[in-house]
Amino acid sequence: MKKLCCALLLSLTTLVAQAASAPQRVVSLGGPLTEIIYALNAGDRLVGVDASSLYPAAATKLPQVGYYRAFSVEGVAALNPDLILATDQAGPPQAISQLRSLGKRVIVLPSAPTLEALEQRVQGVSAALGLRDDGGKMVAQIRQQIAQLDIKPSGIRTLLVMNRTGKLEGAGTDTTADAMLKLAGARNVLASQKGYKPLSAEAAIVLAPQAIVTTTMSLNTSGGLDAFLALPGIAGTPAAKARRVVVIDDLLLLGFGPRLAEGLATLKTGLTAPVTASR
Amino acid sequence: MNSASAVANTPARLPSLHRSLAVFATLTAVLVVLVLVSSANGAVRIPFSAMPHVLFGDVLTDDEVLWRNVLMQVRLPRVLLAVVAGAGLTITGTAMQALFRNPLAEPGLIGISSGGALGAVAAIVLGAPGMFWLAPAAFIGSLLSTAVCYQLGSRQRGMGSLLLAGVAINVICGSMIGLFTYMADDAQLRSLTFWNMGSLAGATWSQLAFLAPWTLGLSLLLLREWRALNALLLGEREAQHLGFALKSLRRRLIVLVALIVGPLVAATGVIGFVGLVVPHLVRLSLGADHRWLLPNTLVAGAIALSLADWLARIAVVPAELPIGIVTSLVGGPFFLWMLTRKMR
Repeated sequence: MKKLCCALLLSLTTLVAQAASAPQRVVSLGGPLTEIIYALNAGDRLVGVDASSLYPAAATKLPQVGYYRAFSVEGVAALNPDLILATDQAGPPQAISQLRSLGKRVIVLPSAPTLEALEQRVQGVSAALGLRDDGGKMVAQIRQQIAQLDIKPSGIRTLLVMNRTGKLEGAGTDTTADAMLKLAGARNVLASQKGYKPLSAEAAIVLAPQAIVTTTMSLNTSGGLDAFLALPGIAGTPAAKARRVVVIDDLLLLGFGPRLAEGLATLKTGLTAPVTASR
Repeated sequence: MNSASAVANTPARLPSLHRSLAVFATLTAVLVVLVLVSSANGAVRIPFSAMPHVLFGDVLTDDEVLWRNVLMQVRLPRVLLAVVAGAGLTITGTAMQALFRNPLAEPGLIGISSGGALGAVAAIVLGAPGMFWLAPAAFIGSLLSTAVCYQLGSRQRGMGSLLLAGVAINVICGSMIGLFTYMADDAQLRSLTFWNMGSLAGATWSQLAFLAPWTLGLSLLLLREWRALNALLLGEREAQHLGFALKSLRRRLIVLVALIVGPLVAATGVIGFVGLVVPHLVRLSLGADHRWLLPNTLVAGAIALSLADWLARIAVVPAELPIGIVTSLVGGPFFLWMLTRKMR
């Protein structure tokens, strides 16, 4: 009995100690990390974010320290954080080491668009915030949600295009967009290309995609669905003729965060539905 | 040589020694004040009164420890790099404008900056990860493109061909940078943006330990060429008649400019505008005698880039602006204002 009491007391004190040492002033350098922090209900601990932290809307009201790839070292230091969470894309590299030399605790998490990296991100963020259990639950939940989707390779020839600047860009391998297509069971017609490259209109027609995926922002840039379908290179594809276009929110498609299953579900329904799916 | 110095010593509008000294003293004082103010200001606010204690005190509070770390590891190297880079880019700009007798000349004209950027971009896209090769590659790139430009341009007499060779080299470097940008993956692209806009972030003491004496020493060598630069103002043939060996002079000046600007490009990326405009500003108020123009542009350039860096750091706290945007945003309208005032 005494032993049990001791154990209880010990675990209680570690709990208290953990709560006391859990960081309360956090700066997040990377949109996906910010999303995880909010999903863990720890958004109130954030004191600053980077410019890519666009979801949820509450994040956009926090002080911004610049884009995560070119953030301001002094700007982060000025927010007096006790923890900085950064993706491995945050930088430049000397900026991260400068932060550490200022005596700041910086935790760098993988940014790769894979399920393993997502789990590492969630576990890393939750452990750093002293919320290890919640992180474990979230990982289990994401796994379960994806298993429930029951995705089988459909082999649908799919083209994923973005329109950020008025010029169409197709997504090749080594992109988050490509990883999403793979997870959704589709076949990327631009698999032979690496990264985002300007889309050749003629090549798009030759590749004859059965379905086209694009983002909400891209559709707005193009001037709506009909204008998008009439673009050279898009108009001549079987997908445009069948109006099989999946329009998906930019962050839901490319965020690769806690809402992964939601994004995959939208993609899956859109790719197999007979008419244009939209979200 | 005697007649040369006699003529070169008496340009059309000779500002008095008194006035030139006064301007130099004023500019130096402005620079010192600016460096102090800029060191105290930034995203992390450090009270002016606390500065001596933060820098030299023994017992520090938690706040003061942070302030000292920010000052010593982030801010001071950066403030001083702005001084060195501004000085180097501007004094070489002054020399280039005299050498080419062209008000649009700047160091970048003979391929130094674009060659440096190309070297860096090639190292990022083709090289192994890590930053070790970046600075050497940028330096080698800038020297190579300058050498090629000089070789092609000096086959014919006159500066015109050198200028045209420079334009061509810049176009070629630009297109190759475009090609590498196309090949780059996502992670490499983020390193590339640094080179297009220029940045003083990431300045280190070890960088400065090399750059400061290097830039200052070579700038002193450039200062000694003031007579030749004055003679060039009269025209190439006139300078030759005055006894200046044009070919060796040209080579000497270009080597000096390339050696000064090359390492600066390697450290900061491409920062335009300063080397082009600041010499004009100083010339408008002091006249064209290089004896006084060169040292004053040296200090004025340091002021201009320090000011730009200070504004970049405090304008959008806690973020910061790219320095290239600030130099053109502030410098452009100011330059126009100076010009219209002068023309009236």
